[in-house]
Amino acid sequence: MKSYNLNHLKELESEAIYIVREVAAQFENPVLLFSGGKDSIVCAHIAKKAFHPAKIPFSLMHVDTGHNFPETIEFRDKYVKKLGANLIIASVQDSIDQGKAVEEKGFNASRNGLQTVTLLEGLDEHKFGAAMGGARRDEEKARAKERFFSHRDEFGQWDPKNQRAELWNIFNGMKNFGENFRVFPISNWTEMDVWQYILAEGIELPSLYFSHQRDCFIRDGVVMSECDFIPQREEEKTSEMTVRFRTIGDMTCTGAVESDADTIEKIIEEVAATRTTERGTRSDDKRSEAAMEDRKKQGYF
Amino acid sequence: MESNSYLDMELLRFSTAGSVDDGKSTLIGRMLYDSKSIFEDQYEAIEASSKKKGEKNVNLALLTDGLRAEREQGITIDVAYRYFATPKRKFIIADTPGHIQYTRNMVTGASTSNLSIILIDARKGIIEQTYRHTFIASLLGIPHVVFCINKMDLVEYSEDVFQKIKKETEAFVSKLGIKDINFIPISALNGDNVVNKSENMDWYQGGTLLYLLENIHIGSDHNHVDCRFPVQYVIRPQSDEFHDYRGYAGRIAGGVFKPGDKVVALPSGFSSTIKSIDTLDGSIEEAFAPMSVTITLEDEMDISRGDMIVRENNRPEVTQDIDIMVCWLNERPLQLGGKYAVKHTSNDARCIIKEVKYKVDINTLHRLEEDTIIRMNDIGRITLRTTKPLFVDSYKKNRNTGSLILIDEATNETVGAGMILD
Repeated sequence: MKSYNLNHLKELESEAIYIVREVAAQFENPVLLFSGGKDSIVCAHIAKKAFHPAKIPFSLMHVDTGHNFPETIEFRDKYVKKLGANLIIASVQDSIDQGKAVEEKGFNASRNGLQTVTLLEGLDEHKFGAAMGGARRDEEKARAKERFFSHRDEFGQWDPKNQRAELWNIFNGMKNFGENFRVFPISNWTEMDVWQYILAEGIELPSLYFSHQRDCFIRDGVVMSECDFIPQREEEKTSEMTVRFRTIGDMTCTGAVESDADTIEKIIEEVAATRTTERGTRSDDKRSEAAMEDRKKQGYF
Repeated sequence: MESNSYLDMELLRFSTAGSVDDGKSTLIGRMLYDSKSIFEDQYEAIEASSKKKGEKNVNLALLTDGLRAEREQGITIDVAYRYFATPKRKFIIADTPGHIQYTRNMVTGASTSNLSIILIDARKGIIEQTYRHTFIASLLGIPHVVFCINKMDLVEYSEDVFQKIKKETEAFVSKLGIKDINFIPISALNGDNVVNKSENMDWYQGGTLLYLLENIHIGSDHNHVDCRFPVQYVIRPQSDEFHDYRGYAGRIAGGVFKPGDKVVALPSGFSSTIKSIDTLDGSIEEAFAPMSVTITLEDEMDISRGDMIVRENNRPEVTQDIDIMVCWLNERPLQLGGKYAVKHTSNDARCIIKEVKYKVDINTLHRLEEDTIIRMNDIGRITLRTTKPLFVDSYKKNRNTGSLILIDEATNETVGAGMILD
């Protein structure tokens, strides 16, 4: 008998397409959160596949801290235009200007936590019933417990001890007015799966992911890009380094790694050999052992 | 990694169930550690936590217990998903707590698994929870079950102990109808037969656990015989280029579909022929479970979400009266005569609970016909009547078209997991 097998990437892709279609079918007004990072690019690519030859039937929303790498923003605008999708920008700067969010102070000040305020406002303003995003369970231990369809109460809060059961491929998106869902189509993907998929599909990425020369300094063992948003201590000397980024977030909390990998193939080799987790370069996760769980309970992605 | 070899990797989903002391977390930790899937910063973090708590060894269980409450109480509350890969396969582990009060979590973890690992303590042999875990694996239709006889180091790696447990297990498993069962003597603590072959058990000729996970045949785990395509979403581009395009998007739930196939749409019963099976990468010649595709038909028909496309001569049962085994997930017990929302494939309906036939004592597998109050973590046989016909197969025949969930309409919580009976 002929064998009907999918390889692991095709199976993960099929699962993610199924989830995205399920969201479009179950929710009146969903949105895809898009940061310009590789995971959200993969999600947008999946959404394109899910509805072809029609256009993606929902908007993309970027929660812009104002502290993004210029390369990310440039890529975002180009990519969204090519996709023919509608992009909404929710600005952390606006939240600060309106007095709804207060900027952190000091050397390690970051707008990462403030994103939650802007995100919840954006969801509320546009009455989005479900927000999809590219979070993965392998990223972080609190995320390992997250459902595909994650229910949030009217305050946007996650209740990890009281999550809905999720069985087979049947997803329950029923909710009361004012509540919403976060949905994670690529929950089951690992960093390696994402890179292999990007290679197999020929997906374009921001230049930041590839090895380049950059003015950097070292803080707490993490290589940080020199920029206007991070005050440097006197002993934190800038030097030109050959680096790339494993994740792309806010400039204030995203560290680089020293690397010569300038193609996807070389990045895959590097990921295979690396002995630290992807979020090891993220200072926002290092604040405490349950930093992610605490932020998620408050409504963070 | 060799170029392109990653395109030949398969995906295996497995679940592990276990209690506090049977070494489940140690086994998972061992698999991750020996297959080099634990990162240095993760290891350093749990090493530091273990030290802080005054534990002598690095507690690998901390890797899987992700929530603050779990770490504080030293227990696993919820299903945790773990990932690792070898050059042959990518693995998704659903790590579930095995205590009776967490039956619902075990059921959840098992619902998407191809394989279940059941741990037996070599010193204790078969105990109540062995029956429970095996029953749940069979109820959830997991095709492959691996019994790991653990802590062999504490019985001097005795073949007699292993053979005795194997024989006893085979005797009760034969009644449960599990397709494929395997036995491996291991020591999770010392790593015998987990990733590396044991030097302490020459008498064991079989492969290690990892070898088995990498090589077990999973190609027949999906139903490739009975064609079932639940319509998930209708694609109508309404653009100039695709003016008349009408595609039915969904994930194949069973069988193999090809252009030219004669099909019928349920519930209308109208026939047509498959015109094309489309993806962004182009039209394809055949589609099988679990592929997500878009099907177009030769005839214009009124088909929407919840409908099902099947072959003319092989149809599911179309019925409003459904017998299921239900696992109850909610603190509020099942209400006889109560109304619930039902989700089955892409279909939504409501139902009324007509009858509770019996409850199962999941430790002895006895039927309890007197006690018919189905509480959280209970499993029982019930009859539903739905507001409209559903297109169902028995769970045994197809896990996709044979499963449904019950939702409490007051709270919107998923309260019951149902497996459809013949």
